[in-house]
Amino acid sequence: MAQPPALSRREAVKALLADRGELLVITGLGSSSYDVFDAGENPANFYLWGAMGGAAMIGLGLALAQPKRPVDVITGDGEQLMGIGSLLTISAKKVVNLTIVVLDNGQFGETGMQTSHSGLGARLDVIASGAGLRSVTEISDMKGLADFRPRLRDIDGGPRFARIHIATGHVERALPPRDGVFLKNRFREHLGIPVR
Amino acid sequence: MNIAATADVAVQTDWPNAIYRTLKAHGVSQVSYVPDAGHARLIELSHGDDAIQTTVLTTEEEGVALSAGAWLGGSRAVLLMQSSGVGNCVNMLSLMASCRIPFLTLVTMRGEWAEFNPWQIPMGKATPQALEIMGVTVFRLDRPEDVEEVVSAACSLAFESDQQIAILISQRMLGRKKWTETK
Repeated sequence: MAQPPALSRREAVKALLADRGELLVITGLGSSSYDVFDAGENPANFYLWGAMGGAAMIGLGLALAQPKRPVDVITGDGEQLMGIGSLLTISAKKVVNLTIVVLDNGQFGETGMQTSHSGLGARLDVIASGAGLRSVTEISDMKGLADFRPRLRDIDGGPRFARIHIATGHVERALPPRDGVFLKNRFREHLGIPVR
Repeated sequence: MNIAATADVAVQTDWPNAIYRTLKAHGVSQVSYVPDAGHARLIELSHGDDAIQTTVLTTEEEGVALSAGAWLGGSRAVLLMQSSGVGNCVNMLSLMASCRIPFLTLVTMRGEWAEFNPWQIPMGKATPQALEIMGVTVFRLDRPEDVEEVVSAACSLAFESDQQIAILISQRMLGRKKWTETK
């Protein structure tokens, strides 16, 4: 029997961020940044253009600093693999307002679609469970996304991890701003921190 | 002069407590660390303080990214590590440079003074340069009585002037390694 078609990454992220409310979003470099930008520009988005492996930890520092806001890291399997130890760190810290969402196509998309460890059999959801994350969800269809979406806005019950199975293949690039100082100041201003 | 005397001087001045007080005075509310015997007391003080979020890391570069997230959210963070972890941070420091995000790390030195482990020497020798190539300003802390002045100056440069600062705590000041057995 044929597998159901995997989710389009753009549609998946758009659905995830609909009615995002108070959500603060950190994106992993590459396609995840483009997906979140394409879903709607927002000063509460902080797009990474480098720092590979750091997205989840930026989310942790932010979630600890802003305990009354839900924080979501949206990244790819390759980016999360490079910072795989951060899942253990996040679990050990038991931060309740943080969710890590991995868009998993089993490939390193930015560099020519080489097969990633995830594509070679590693199970990020199992690793997240093994790291001790409180809540781990596997999502492979729009219903799964719709069921999960409200939990993104919770400021308790975390740390959560969701692996979204997305389709492989090229998607048109949508490029967010690249100036890190601009992105930083815009984000902090959104939180009411004066830019000096 | 003997080994115990060097260690005693450090204990008497309680320099980790002076670091802790100075960080508190500068509003530091997040501390992350990869454990090091030289930082043991500061880690303990940090864990015991409800006003400080203290995070144990699996590798030092996690702490660089954590510091960036803390700053985005309006908090001041400090990373504690040993010199052997500095090389692990190199690429992640580009985040701080690209976004001009304050960064402060306190690095306990190995491989530079009365070192017994040859494996510590290459990274110990390369530590200042590894930081400097990424734009981090390096301070040295050689004497316990200078702690407050040096840490306070580093905090101002980092958190008020958006600089990336490392304070290298000299191995001579830390004293010779004493094996720490389980209590």
